[in-house]
Amino acid sequence: MNPTERFIPDRLTTPMQRLLKSWETLLLLVAVGIFTMNSFASPYFLDAWNLSDATFNFTEKAMIAFAMALLIISGEIDLSVASIIALTSTAMGAAVQYGAGTTDIVLIGLLVGLLCGAFNAVLVTIMGLPSIVVTIGTMSLFRGISYIVLGDQAYRGYPADFAFFGQGYVWWVFSFEIVLFVIFAIIYGVVLHKTNFGRAIYAIGNNATAAQFSGIRVQRVKFILFLLTGLMAGIAAICLTSRLGSTRPSIAVGWELEVVTMVVLGGVNILGGSGSIPGVVIAAFVMGLVTFGLGLLNVPGIVMSIFIGLLLIGVIALPRLLTMIAARRA
Amino acid sequence: MLDNAGTAEVAKPVVVLDGISKIFPGVKALSEVKLELYAGQVTALVGENGAGKSTVVKVLTGIYQPDEGAIRIDGHPISLPTAQHASDAGITAIHQETVLFDELSVAENIFIGHAPKTRLGLIDIVQMQRKAAELLASIGAEFDPDVKLRDLGIANKHLVAIARALSVDARVVIMDEPTAALSHKEIAELYELVEALKAQGKAILFISHKFDEIFRIADRFTVFRDGECAGEGQISDVTEDELVHMMVGRAVNQIFPERTAALGDVVFQIAGYSHPTEFADIGFNLKKGEILGFYGLIGAGRSELMQAIFGVTKPSKGVSKVDGVIKAVRSPADAIRSGIVYVPEDRGAQGAVTGLPIFQNVTLPSLKKTSRNGFLRMAEEFALARKYTSRLDLRAASLDQNVGDLSGGNQQKVVIAKWLATQPKVIILDEPTKGVDIGSKAAVHAFMAELVAQGLSIIMVSSEIPEIMGMSDRVIVMREGRMVAELTGDTLTPQTLVRHAAGIAES
Repeated sequence: MNPTERFIPDRLTTPMQRLLKSWETLLLLVAVGIFTMNSFASPYFLDAWNLSDATFNFTEKAMIAFAMALLIISGEIDLSVASIIALTSTAMGAAVQYGAGTTDIVLIGLLVGLLCGAFNAVLVTIMGLPSIVVTIGTMSLFRGISYIVLGDQAYRGYPADFAFFGQGYVWWVFSFEIVLFVIFAIIYGVVLHKTNFGRAIYAIGNNATAAQFSGIRVQRVKFILFLLTGLMAGIAAICLTSRLGSTRPSIAVGWELEVVTMVVLGGVNILGGSGSIPGVVIAAFVMGLVTFGLGLLNVPGIVMSIFIGLLLIGVIALPRLLTMIAARRA
Repeated sequence: MLDNAGTAEVAKPVVVLDGISKIFPGVKALSEVKLELYAGQVTALVGENGAGKSTVVKVLTGIYQPDEGAIRIDGHPISLPTAQHASDAGITAIHQETVLFDELSVAENIFIGHAPKTRLGLIDIVQMQRKAAELLASIGAEFDPDVKLRDLGIANKHLVAIARALSVDARVVIMDEPTAALSHKEIAELYELVEALKAQGKAILFISHKFDEIFRIADRFTVFRDGECAGEGQISDVTEDELVHMMVGRAVNQIFPERTAALGDVVFQIAGYSHPTEFADIGFNLKKGEILGFYGLIGAGRSELMQAIFGVTKPSKGVSKVDGVIKAVRSPADAIRSGIVYVPEDRGAQGAVTGLPIFQNVTLPSLKKTSRNGFLRMAEEFALARKYTSRLDLRAASLDQNVGDLSGGNQQKVVIAKWLATQPKVIILDEPTKGVDIGSKAAVHAFMAELVAQGLSIIMVSSEIPEIMGMSDRVIVMREGRMVAELTGDTLTPQTLVRHAAGIAES
């Protein structure tokens, strides 16, 4: 054998080639298409304030979706997020009845979200139970507590300055929520794509055993991700409660599936191991645009959910369809 | 009609693959190969990893469709568009990792897909049990057809796979490395079974890396090299060296690397290591520059011990010392920090993250070194990955290629590069050349010699006697979770190894 020096290049593709082939590019085209259709469909669509209103359709869900994306990439899932919102909102509403101020309410919101996340985290990472079962359980548990506390009642009487989180504007048409959305998008994007922690998430999602054998503390990473998801649900609860101005136990019903839909539409593999934050950001806009555009056309909510479902299946099936067609041609 | 082998046989082959080609994007996996299988004969298929052996099995079992060429059974051309067609044509395969169902009973495993039916179309359980019991008895299996497969050991699972192969009344039986996970005794039993199948007139295709068993059991051979036929004939007409030459197209120096053992101080010590079920009272020293071999039968507790040393499982008691300092190893992360790394036997499941690119696999345990304040630095990662993969002569299109797209041997190189990049003191290799072809084996051995010459220490778990004999300075033999012998120099012979491992008393 002659040990010839073999040169292996770092990469064969340029960043441009990777971008053009990416899921995110495809999704962006879908977003532009829906945007164009909307602007033809309704004369009211291309109005700065209308567009600003449209963002409330997705900002709160998208904040949870960022943390959920990390969790799903690591191979776990949290279906209790909507119920965490209910429990958190109930805790904040109860505090208001005892005369809590805005700062206290916010702190309680963050704390309850974190505690709910920690509860899931302990059951999954320390007890070793499957996350889908654990969080289906806590989904009933957390919202159940809200129903026991509130029954058919509602908490109102939030302080006037608490309204800022869900109704306030930072500058011109830019709401506090959209600013928060952008900040979290950047933070989660950097964490997932630019840090050792993000790399560990991908490694765990691809092969948890090999990741553990490579010295990654798998359970610790997953614990942190459940905490983060709980915290983001708490933050979403603060924004949503502030926007609605009241708490009912049915708050945010069904959001867990919309959040998961957003994550999967964003190109995250539901089985873990791959996905990106830019993808989730675009998916959030796509879902927001579709619901808002249909709303302008007076399409009822039930029909909207049919559209979202078709959109999800369509976008997921499209690449598969294209390769099948290409294979048949060849 | 008479063939030119000079024997009296006038038999025609049962199955003929004639000029079969199979092309994958960028690779020609098979190029006009020819293969003939005769009734009542064992044909050995030999070749290096990646020579096309698995591809030809998949063509024969209807999983792949050939791009060119013809498959003929009894002289009639036939196409095998699905696995069901292959099964109907009487071709059945017993795979490397047997594809069976853990949660089903033995009888259900044997008859899945073709169970005897009652008049109502339901499964006739009574008849299925009876037939299964008959089949098991005919191959000398001593377990009940209604136990769950999960409760059987690996050797017995093989027997179930063989019973399944016989249940479809197969004429052609393909055995893909059937002895890879079996002990000596179990292999001997398998040989008897193959003889029995021959006597029943089955045509057997036997794929193996082990030359001793090829010469023991095969009647004919076909050699593949880089997707082409490199030779075929009667096994009695060929020598081991000639076969190796056909496989690799060059003479392979089978001699292990010469090492002048200059051992240093003790770098690593284990004392009183015990585990509730797997092993007890293990203690040894490892010197700088030493290769310490661990020999034993499957199930002797060697891998379990190594995983405990690496912090994957917790020993119930015991002390681990590196350079004389006690280290508490509670996780692989602790072990890596102490300079102990582990190359597992199961590369796919435990070694490589196959969905991630090469460079990310290499840097995974060294991210602290390549990053700054927890932030990734790609340029540093590529540099580190390049430095260590080039030492191992990795073959890949780019460092950004997914590890899952590489061949087994190159995946192993990525795993080893990953560990070298952590600059360890002790490297534990668990069956480092299992399933690796002869050419790559020699490269791995040469590399091990190079590593110890640079001052690393190696613990090598191996079940191959030539490898243990050729590479180790010292060998510890384990049996049933205990150290039963430590052999060096004159006491280290194949006979002493086997005797201690099997627990046979001195004669």
